[in-house]
Amino acid sequence: MGSGSLLVSETMLQTKLFFRSAVAAFFTLVMPLMFLVMINFFIPSDEASGFSAAQYFTPAIAVFGMVTATFTNLAINTSMARDGGILKRVAGTPLPMWVHLGGRIMSAALVGLISVTLMLAVGWLLFDLEIPWSRMPLFALLILVGAGTFSALGLAVAAVTPNARAAPAIANFVILPLAFISGIFFPLDGSPEWLQTLASWLPLEPLVTAAIALFDPAMPVEFPWAAIGKVLAWGAIGLVIALRFFSFEPAGTKPRAAEVSAAYGD
Amino acid sequence: MSAVSVHALTKSYGPLKAVNGIDLEIAVGEVVAILGPNGAGKTTTVEMIEGFRRPDSGTISVLGHDPSDRPAELLDRIGIVLQEGGIEEDLTVREAIEAQRRPYAEPMSADEAIETVDLVEKADERIKGLSGGQRRRLDLALGIVGNPDLLFLDEPTTGFDPAARRRSWEAIRQLASSGTTVVLTTHYLEEAQQLADRVVVMSMGEIVANGSPDDLGERRSGLSTIRFRIDPSRAGALGVEPDAGGWVVTETHDPIRLINELTGKALATGIAIEDFEVGKITLEEAYLRLVTHDG
Repeated sequence: MGSGSLLVSETMLQTKLFFRSAVAAFFTLVMPLMFLVMINFFIPSDEASGFSAAQYFTPAIAVFGMVTATFTNLAINTSMARDGGILKRVAGTPLPMWVHLGGRIMSAALVGLISVTLMLAVGWLLFDLEIPWSRMPLFALLILVGAGTFSALGLAVAAVTPNARAAPAIANFVILPLAFISGIFFPLDGSPEWLQTLASWLPLEPLVTAAIALFDPAMPVEFPWAAIGKVLAWGAIGLVIALRFFSFEPAGTKPRAAEVSAAYGD
Repeated sequence: MSAVSVHALTKSYGPLKAVNGIDLEIAVGEVVAILGPNGAGKTTTVEMIEGFRRPDSGTISVLGHDPSDRPAELLDRIGIVLQEGGIEEDLTVREAIEAQRRPYAEPMSADEAIETVDLVEKADERIKGLSGGQRRRLDLALGIVGNPDLLFLDEPTTGFDPAARRRSWEAIRQLASSGTTVVLTTHYLEEAQQLADRVVVMSMGEIVANGSPDDLGERRSGLSTIRFRIDPSRAGALGVEPDAGGWVVTETHDPIRLINELTGKALATGIAIEDFEVGKITLEEAYLRLVTHDG
C-alpha cells in the first residue's frame, strides 16, 4: 500500500477514535458551541455602531473551535499515545512515523472543519448570521492555514511535555490566555495598546481578526497576506520544535529506572 | 545464514555499562530465549537488535540489515511484541489488527491472526474490555499479523494464569514450527524450557551462558542432586549432615557411586532412607548459579 492510501486510512482510524471518545468530542465540538451560544445571548448587538454580535463572534469562535480541535487535541492525544507506548509500537512496524502523525493531524483538521461548519450553521440558524458566500474560499484558506499551524504547535507542546498527565494543563495554560488576548471572547478595542501589539505578533490574533473582517460586510475584501504570513511563521517555529524534540518513547525510558537501580543496588 | 548476528556490542548509560561487549548468532528458524535478572542488559540488547536503540560500538545484522537505520524492508519482515506496547483501547480487536496489518507487504489475514491467538470470540469487542491475558494475546496477534520472518517477544506471558500461558505457548510454537525465527526474553525458566531451542543467559551486561536448556551451565557438567530424608539422630553413621527436618541434599558429579555408598551403608546399619530422589540439577538452579554473584 502506498503512503497516500495509508495516510487516508490512518486519518479515518484517528477520526473514528475521536468520535468514540466522549470526552474529546465534548471538549472539542460541544464546548466551543456552548461559548458561541452563550456569548451571542449575553452580548447584545449594537445597531447604532453597526456591531453585530453574530457577525463578530461566530467567525472568532469558529477559529477557536479549529484551534481546540488541532492544538489542544494533538498536544494531549499525541503525548498520551507516546506515554502509552502506542508510538513505540508503530515505530516497530513498516508504517512510517510521519504517516501515523500525519493521520493524526489530518484527522484533527477534519474535526476542526466539522467544528467550524457546525458553528457557522448554528450562527446562521439561531443568530441570523449572514454568510458572505463569495468570501468563503478565503475563510476556508484561513482556517486551513490555522489548522496547519496549530497542529504543528500542538505537536511541539507534546514534544516538550514531560508526561501526558501534564499535557492538558500545559495546552490549556497556553491556549486560554492566548484566546483571551486575541479577541475571541470580546473585541480588543478597549484593551491596552501594548497588549494589542503583543497579540498581533502571536499566532491567533491575526487569524481571528482576518476571519472577522471576512464576515463584516462593511469591510473590503482583502487577501490577508500579513495574517497568513505571521501564522505560517509560527507554524514553522512549531514544526522545528516538534522535529527537534519529538520522541516516540516516553521521557526517562533510557535507561529503565529498574535496570539502573538493579545494577547499582546490589 | 544467520537471522541475527551481533558482534562486540556495547551500550552504556552514563557510568553504567548496560551491555558490555557481547557476541550472538541466531540461526534462521531458531527459537532463542534470553534470560537474565533485571539490569542484566537483556532489554537493552534486544532493543538494539530491534533498532530502537543505537549501540555505542559493535555491529548488528538483522536479516542482512543494520537495524539502527530502521530500513523499511527490514521492518516489513520483523514483528515486535513489546512489553509496554500500547494500543488505542477504543478500537475493537479486529480494527486494531486490520490497522496494524495494512503497511506490511505480505500480511496474513486479520482472521488468521485472530485465530492463531485464540481471540475469535473477542474479535468485535473493544480492547478496553479485554482481560490482561487476552490483551497480551492481542499484542501477539499484532506482532505476527505482518507474517514476520523474525519475531521478538518481550516477556510474552508475564502475569498470565497457567491456562492462558499454555495457550500463548501453543500459538508461539505454531509460529516456530512454520519456520519463524523467535527471540524472546522471559523471567520464566519453564517458558524458556518449553519454547526455546537455545537459552542465552545474560548477567551484568555479558552473556554468561549460551546453550540448549538441557545443557545450560552446570547441567552440562552432569551435576546431579540427591535428596532424601533420614532420622537426624542417626545421620553420623551415614556421614551426612541433615537439616532440622532430616532432609539431606547433596550434589555430585558421580551419582551412581554416591548412591551405592549411601544405600550400602544404610542397609548395613539398618537406617531407613525415605523420599529418595535423584536428578539433574534443575534449569532454575543452573540459572540461579549463573546469575548470582557472591559479595
